Amino acid sequence: MKRSKLWPYLLLIIGAVVMVFPFVWMLSTSLKAPMDIFNLNIIPESPTLENYKHIFEESLFLRWFLNSIIIAIITTISVLFFDTLVGYIIAKFSFVGRTVLFIMILSTLMVPTEMLIIPWYMMSSDFGWTDTYWGILFPGLMTGFGVFLMRQFMEKIPDDLINAARIDGMNEFAIFFKVAIPQVWPAISALGIFTFLSNWNAFLWPLIVIESSGLRTLPVGLSFFSSGEAESKWHLIMTGATISVIPLILVFILLQRHIIKGITLTGMK
Amino acid sequence: MKTHHNPSNQTETNQSTTTNKPSLMTKLKGSQKRQKYIFVYTCLLLPILFYLGIRILPTLFTFNVGFRDWNLLSSDAAPFVGMDNYVALFQDEVFIRSIFNTILYIALGVTGQLMFGIIVALLLHKINRFVGLFRVIYFIPYVTSIVAISWVFQWILMGNGIINDLFVKIGIPPQPFLNSPDQAIYVIIAAMIWQSIGFQMVLFLAGLENIPEMLYEAADIDGATPWQKFWRVTVPLLNPTIVFSAVIGTINFIQISFTQVVNMSVDGSGGPLNSTLSIVVYIYQLAFRQFDMGLASAATVILFLFILGLTLFQMKVLTKKFDY
Repeated sequence: MKRSKLWPYLLLIIGAVVMVFPFVWMLSTSLKAPMDIFNLNIIPESPTLENYKHIFEESLFLRWFLNSIIIAIITTISVLFFDTLVGYIIAKFSFVGRTVLFIMILSTLMVPTEMLIIPWYMMSSDFGWTDTYWGILFPGLMTGFGVFLMRQFMEKIPDDLINAARIDGMNEFAIFFKVAIPQVWPAISALGIFTFLSNWNAFLWPLIVIESSGLRTLPVGLSFFSSGEAESKWHLIMTGATISVIPLILVFILLQRHIIKGITLTGMK
Repeated sequence: MKTHHNPSNQTETNQSTTTNKPSLMTKLKGSQKRQKYIFVYTCLLLPILFYLGIRILPTLFTFNVGFRDWNLLSSDAAPFVGMDNYVALFQDEVFIRSIFNTILYIALGVTGQLMFGIIVALLLHKINRFVGLFRVIYFIPYVTSIVAISWVFQWILMGNGIINDLFVKIGIPPQPFLNSPDQAIYVIIAAMIWQSIGFQMVLFLAGLENIPEMLYEAADIDGATPWQKFWRVTVPLLNPTIVFSAVIGTINFIQISFTQVVNMSVDGSGGPLNSTLSIVVYIYQLAFRQFDMGLASAATVILFLFILGLTLFQMKVLTKKFDY
């Protein structure tokens, strides 16, 4: 009886070590002096912050970090606003072209991003959007997935609630913000978290549209840094990796309940 | 609301309302309707422009370019060449290689992440302490930057890295890992699985919680072994989760394969010897290294059909009807 209770823990601990070890090794290397990195101790003998100092002083990491935050936040706000609004309108209003619009938006879900990068690149060069924040942002300002998700949740709001607000004389925008949105708050936070994560990690499009190093996002910056100026300087590469990984891990640990609930919520739809 | 009412009575009340305050009611109704229409179309203006201009027209544009000979470096004219690009792609050994690699990425990667996701979820479902802690630990890789993690794996798996050091200590010869055309793709697949176990685990945990305990008790009464319970109760009831996970996992895999391959393969572009090249990486090279937009567009159309076919196939094969 006792044995059967213990083995799941044992297996889970082995798995947990596999999950955590790369992060431990990354952090450990980032705290080592260059000549110590091939000394394979997990705890550095003489830990140093020299690598971090070097990275913040000699490279654009801080700049890339800010770029990533700005882009992820603007995109997330835009996606939340537009996807929720369009989802609400499709769910709760009948108007000419509603079905056509919904089918049009759903059909975009089937098209992989890779199919769009060539026309987006042409558009960007024609309109002078390459190498600008707008160039990185514009493809992600709205998502078909978000509209689909929000429509599902908005449909569950009772019509009576909305009509009652109309009779009370609220205007349509006020009804949207004060009546509809509070009803679907969990779905909105889930969509927000996903949008932020996927934009934070976006690599292919920013790599194509950005030319100057100052405008790079963190993933693109880190990739160029690791294969370029820091090539084979593993202490610096691991420091850069630590800087890009740790803030998100901390945010995740703080918000983990919401994030896990969000996946369950959107996954079960 | 009364269900039985006198028709004459109803017309009477209707008449009385219309005679008493006709203008106010119709005005209110009319202005509300107008307000609704103004709201709907104002709000939809930007989204319609966005979906048309940034999603739908570009998709059609790609289909069109796929039929043209269009290289950004050579000429301005882009003559219509019919199926030439498609013929050229299917005669291109590297492209064929990238398709096979992509199939391997998906077949092993998606199966692997589903399998490990279910195993971890089942284990977590069995224990009652530290569930939250384990869940956080297994989920962390999913929220971390793929680029950063790819470089961490490169470092760990280097010729004189820590894994090879460990191997030597326990008497296994050091392995070339990412430098070997035979091993590199499996190493990348393993890294991709490692990163997505947590996501699948959360989906399956939710699925497991929805299975009524009663069914297991009934199976116990019938004398079912744990193995039978897993295949006869758990798997059929998790079926919707499995279909969803497989479809989402496949689409994710195709997209992240680019980031992972560019940052993990030795030459940054699908090496050694194209052994880790995925379709998306090849499309990137065609479009932004050789600037052959015609070929690249045709390749994205093939990718589109590939994903579409795979999704339909998964939904058909994986969605089975079970009798309870």
